Amino acid sequence: MNSVFVYCEIEDGAVADVSLELLTKGRTLASRLGVKLEAVVLGHGVAGIEKQLFPYGTDVVWVGDDARLAPYTTLPHAKVLVKLFGEERPQVALMGATSVGRDLGPRVSSALHSGLTADCTSLEIGDYTEAKSKQEYKNLLYQIRPAFGGNIVATIVNPDCRPQMATVREGVMRKEVLDPAYRGEVKRLNADEFLDDTDLVVKVIERHVEKSKVNLKGASIIVSGGYGVGSKENFALLHELAAVLGGEIGASRAAVDAGFAEHERQIGQTGTTVRPKLYVACGISGQIQHTAGMEESAIVIAINTDPDAPINKFADYVITGDLNVVIPKMIQYYKKNSK
Amino acid sequence: MKELKIVVLAKQVPDTRNVGKDAMKADGTVNRAALPAIFNPEDLNALEQALRLKDAFAGSTVHVLTMGPGRAAEIIREAMYRGADGGYLLSDRAFAGSDTLATSYALSRALLNVKYDLIVCGRQAIDGDTAQVGPQVAEKLGLPQVTYAEEIQEIKNGTMRIRRRLERGVEVVECPIPAVVTINGSAAPCRPRNARLVMKYKYAKAAQEAQDASEDYFSLVNERPYLKLTEWSVNDIRCEARELGLSGSPTKVKAIENVVFQAKESRVIPAVDAEMDALMRELITNHTIG
Repeated sequence: MNSVFVYCEIEDGAVADVSLELLTKGRTLASRLGVKLEAVVLGHGVAGIEKQLFPYGTDVVWVGDDARLAPYTTLPHAKVLVKLFGEERPQVALMGATSVGRDLGPRVSSALHSGLTADCTSLEIGDYTEAKSKQEYKNLLYQIRPAFGGNIVATIVNPDCRPQMATVREGVMRKEVLDPAYRGEVKRLNADEFLDDTDLVVKVIERHVEKSKVNLKGASIIVSGGYGVGSKENFALLHELAAVLGGEIGASRAAVDAGFAEHERQIGQTGTTVRPKLYVACGISGQIQHTAGMEESAIVIAINTDPDAPINKFADYVITGDLNVVIPKMIQYYKKNSK
Repeated sequence: MKELKIVVLAKQVPDTRNVGKDAMKADGTVNRAALPAIFNPEDLNALEQALRLKDAFAGSTVHVLTMGPGRAAEIIREAMYRGADGGYLLSDRAFAGSDTLATSYALSRALLNVKYDLIVCGRQAIDGDTAQVGPQVAEKLGLPQVTYAEEIQEIKNGTMRIRRRLERGVEVVECPIPAVVTINGSAAPCRPRNARLVMKYKYAKAAQEAQDASEDYFSLVNERPYLKLTEWSVNDIRCEARELGLSGSPTKVKAIENVVFQAKESRVIPAVDAEMDALMRELITNHTIG
């Protein structure tokens, strides 16, 4: 039976978290389907990388180790995947919804004429009956994602085309070692059989890491603002609360789109997924696009003028009121009680 | 560098920030008619990059290609108000229900009708957030692609130098033209409308819009042919019908669920001093904060 494939990204010799998360999910899917889980690693100087992958239940690791495969550029990686997928015919192929996966995935899906669903928040196996033809399909990949500004959740299937491709953002799936002693097989890919000069026309001239000043994933307290905050100036109040509590600032997409906060602070399906100890949602209505990225927070405080805001359903504490009144009080009484 | 022929792929999108409950049709596709429609934000960033190249290389042209209903011609005019030379509306019922693959197929086929040195588009559209159409068009045309671009810094000897904005930093790449470049929202914002260009192009219409136009429009078009926007139907592009619309779309919508929230056990805290005092004390005591 055709396998589940995961394209793995490598950062400084280590497999990226998002890839390990996908292997964890891929293992579950492969077991459900009764097939193998296979990983693809393309890079340079990646000898021994399989040791990082086997514990997640990876049965086969495909390794392409060649100077032309690092740093990542689109065409060589796409060329290898298109040919490999063409020969191996995976039924499912997963990639991280990163700047690499979202660059590579559509290129590969176009070449293979296979469907690709971006930024899935859940992947399941299930059956499907085509409405018109009544044709039945067994064990398809349900690619589940919020759509349309988060007002709906869509389940997408690819009935006829293979592989069924999906991307998933970092932090959305859980990363879990299956068995530290799990062993699979390594298969080498010889880049010479795949690449020619036309694949090397794009050259990386320079790359430098600009460490993001924002560390949402590591923050145990997040003070997050939505469109209801009203202005960039009002966001200063959130910064003040975050500074007092030792937390980080987050924002909903609407707040980012409105220019209240930087893009890198966006929490939600198309931003970062967070699981802090405390999440203070200020002026956030609570569309699923946003809540998909924060619903696993341990404690949620919602501050909103609307007593019926959807965010309140996620909140342990609902404070109905103007954040310009509420936040100063929180700061005041935090200072009073923390002494 | 000689002059460039630049095509901007753009999309008119429903403003997902203002979604009402009639937004979806029963078959799971978008009910565009019920929503305010805007120029996809990152496509405006792409337009700006194109216009900057036009400024830098005298004699260059910028045209917008958009696929959508007749109403989508609005964004061609909008681009012309900001400096684009014209555009092409690709519009036909045959394209309805297209996923990203069928969309990129149709766009790539329409691009066979025009000469181009460079294709730019927004990284992604706000109604789907997939970021797929740009790379897929590139693949179908056999062109290299540069995604997440923030600035096309220069073009020399047929090679572009482009700065990309990635999750953890910045990358500068060189890429030969022709190519497809997708522009990130962090790129320079688009220049505003130019009042003179608004006056010049405000009566420009695509064929579908011209159906209800008055006699005056047609006499005006005789004098000013640039007021007639190019419109293509499925018959105007070389394509396979089965690759279009729903039949050309590998992905199918199995189910659409309206979002139903599972309520937590919430405590409502009145925004008064005594209650706020008690709340902060509780959070400190149970080590949530402090």
